[in-house]
Amino acid sequence: MRGAKSAKWVAIAGVVALAATACGGNSSSGNDGKAKAVDPSGVFSYQSNEPQHPIQPANVMETGGGRITDALFSGLADYNPKSGKLENLVAQSIEQNGPSDYTIKVKKGWTFHNGEPVTAHSFVDAWNWGADTKNAQQNASWFSDIQGYSDVHPDKGSPKTDKMSGLTTPDDYTIKVKLANPAPYWTYKLGYSAFYPLPKAFYSDPKKYGQEPVGNGPYEFVKWNHNKDFLTKTYAKYAGPKPKNGGIDFKFYTTSEAAYQDAVSNNLDVLDQVAPTDMAKYHQDLGKRAVDAPQNAIQTIAVAEYAPAIKNVKDHAKFIEGLSMAIDRATITKTVLAGSRTPATGFVPPAVDGYKANACGEACSYNPAKAKQLVQEADGANASISILYNADGGHKEWVTAVCANITQNTGVKCDGDAKADFKTALDVRTKKKVQSLYRSGWVQDYPLNANFLKDLYGSTAAGNEGGYSNKDFDKLAAKADKAATLEESVKLYQEAEAALYKDMPAIPLWYYKTNAGYSENVTNVSYDTFGKPVFTDVEVYKK
Amino acid sequence: MGRYVARRLLQMIPVFIGTTLLIFLMVYSLPGDPVRALWGDRPVDPVALNQLRHEYWFDRPVLLQYWHYISNVFTGNFGTSFVTGRKVTDVIGESFPVTLRLALVAFAIEIVIGLALGLLSGLNRGKIADKFVLGLTLLLISVPVFVLGYIFQTVFGNQLGWVTPTVQDSNDISQLILPGVVLGSLSFAYVARLSRTSIAENMRADYIRTAVAKGLPRRRVIGVHLLRNSLIPVVTFLGTDLGALMGGAIVTEGIFNVHGIGNELYRSINQSDNATVVGIVTVLVIIYLVTSLVVDLLYAALDPRIRYV
Repeated sequence: MRGAKSAKWVAIAGVVALAATACGGNSSSGNDGKAKAVDPSGVFSYQSNEPQHPIQPANVMETGGGRITDALFSGLADYNPKSGKLENLVAQSIEQNGPSDYTIKVKKGWTFHNGEPVTAHSFVDAWNWGADTKNAQQNASWFSDIQGYSDVHPDKGSPKTDKMSGLTTPDDYTIKVKLANPAPYWTYKLGYSAFYPLPKAFYSDPKKYGQEPVGNGPYEFVKWNHNKDFLTKTYAKYAGPKPKNGGIDFKFYTTSEAAYQDAVSNNLDVLDQVAPTDMAKYHQDLGKRAVDAPQNAIQTIAVAEYAPAIKNVKDHAKFIEGLSMAIDRATITKTVLAGSRTPATGFVPPAVDGYKANACGEACSYNPAKAKQLVQEADGANASISILYNADGGHKEWVTAVCANITQNTGVKCDGDAKADFKTALDVRTKKKVQSLYRSGWVQDYPLNANFLKDLYGSTAAGNEGGYSNKDFDKLAAKADKAATLEESVKLYQEAEAALYKDMPAIPLWYYKTNAGYSENVTNVSYDTFGKPVFTDVEVYKK
Repeated sequence: MGRYVARRLLQMIPVFIGTTLLIFLMVYSLPGDPVRALWGDRPVDPVALNQLRHEYWFDRPVLLQYWHYISNVFTGNFGTSFVTGRKVTDVIGESFPVTLRLALVAFAIEIVIGLALGLLSGLNRGKIADKFVLGLTLLLISVPVFVLGYIFQTVFGNQLGWVTPTVQDSNDISQLILPGVVLGSLSFAYVARLSRTSIAENMRADYIRTAVAKGLPRRRVIGVHLLRNSLIPVVTFLGTDLGALMGGAIVTEGIFNVHGIGNELYRSINQSDNATVVGIVTVLVIIYLVTSLVVDLLYAALDPRIRYV
């Protein structure tokens, strides 16, 4: 989920444009004028989809299961919904003792929904279990910074031990962490679901637990009606900030169009994301209840450095820069994408720590004359390029628009290279058979600039599928990873980002937005930088 | 008769093996690595990847995979989805009754309204009622199902407020009426047209003239002599249509958020979830086979000239 795999679309060729959509003004249970009373035990419904896996924090990656896991669990720290800054939650304190040593004190008084107290062991045992090769957890690599990871998760063969040597618990409420290599921003990973604690009941039967999860978060599990909904209620003994509602009903929708219809007619309370087909009218339909919030995710066109079409161009950096300047981001986001994106001015979205305004500068602003000049200087005017994308993600429209821009302004021939679905496009990318360019999306794992840079453009990064290599960037990133403090590291990564614009590993296009809304039954709905509603803040009106 | 049924049932075995093998190979040949796709845009963990591939037999030759699958099926184990980790029999057991209900609602509407309209227009050939029915069915046949779905959803759900725009509880049959109408609309137009033609034709047949000449009451002439013989093409159509309604409800299920077999099939094809696809398709194939057997047996009941030995 945290990779920007766009919501799947049902391939519907057209949409009936019925002029009148009855909404807004229709009978709203007759409370007009008077302020409606809030019911602190009211339950609200939320647009979700059937989790793809059993609920196990170290194995959850897609949106459906991810949102549910976030409601059921509380980690040591969490990100501030607005600023994205890391704030302690179950942790009393997280202290850095040395470049790669941390001491985490766990608050007393926290309990799992079955009454078991949350201790240092609840965390450490869960991390060891998640990292263990034998359990084949999808998020295992999140633990790779910790010393001893390669013993429980060797590249080949079975693990030597089931405990990472870097994790120790001097007492029941203290965790000492030793990292294999210094990573000043390691603490930011603690807010991710892989680092959630697990109760003892989990280990005896992980399979059963996955169907009836027991967490330590604000909401406890009630019932999972497969393919229908996932019911939760507020955990009465929750030790964190008390939720302002009585629970969440995660309602599974097969299409986001159906969810939208339900939200407009007040049959669904909180939307996760408005369907692309409804983007043009949702402000009108929902009025003040429409939400338009920034999200820390970016869409780029990445360059396949190995492709002949790119290699044959004389000055590769100038060529890509020229293409980038030929794209009229402001118009495309406004028209083709119906205002659902914000033009990008760099590789790092605004609400991320380390964001630098206008980092990309001239190279990301629309300038047809300069674009043409650069492409000609690069000796690439006769080149022909294509943009690989997956046809099931709603990308066709903007790829066509971007290509039209490029051809019109620079004369470079540009075509969309559609693959049937995301899986197929991904296969072409991992096998390094991309013709020249490919669309690439990235949603933050944690709101820190390193996540948008090192994991995508480092020479050896697994996310670097285009084969990009920039020695300056690698050097600065390595230096930033060894920095003594978080601030210093963030600053060094800003320098590293600047180095990227010299030869452009990708063309930043736009940042995502959370386009959502809510029904007349709820109020105080806001969304964090992940695009997730702040569940505990939602208030439900009395019926 | 008994021997005929037994023979037909035995024929199902090779058909069953053939279709499962074909479907298995088709899903296998879909491009892309389904296990790798679980990680999406994020970098993959090679160890976990290989482990999952091994656990679900993706690293064996395809025929061996099929053998592993089919030998399990014969012991009653339809396998586990590598994506959801759920037993395929559980998934089918949950979503199948929903689709069955939806299909039966559509089927009932199809028979009742379709036959009534067919009778109305067939008996009044060339008159205004006939023209009206022809016009209406032409309209229904030419409008795609999803257009009709969205129109009904907006009009009845959002504007008139008679129903909720989507189905809130997939197991509540009263909520399935609107999607059922949408799903059955195309077929009921066909049923109306088929029965109209065949009724209009048989009205001039010798046995009807004889029946009228014998002085039989009109109700008996139409109800027994005319309808029974006119129903043969309609029954043929209805038999195959029941299967089509179940497998082809994907669009309708999507619009009205019905959690049936269509959506499950769509998801599992998308993710190359072989065990689930083959499991669902197998059930659909069995339904097709059984309904076509029932149709063949119905012929004998409808037409006294047909006998099975």
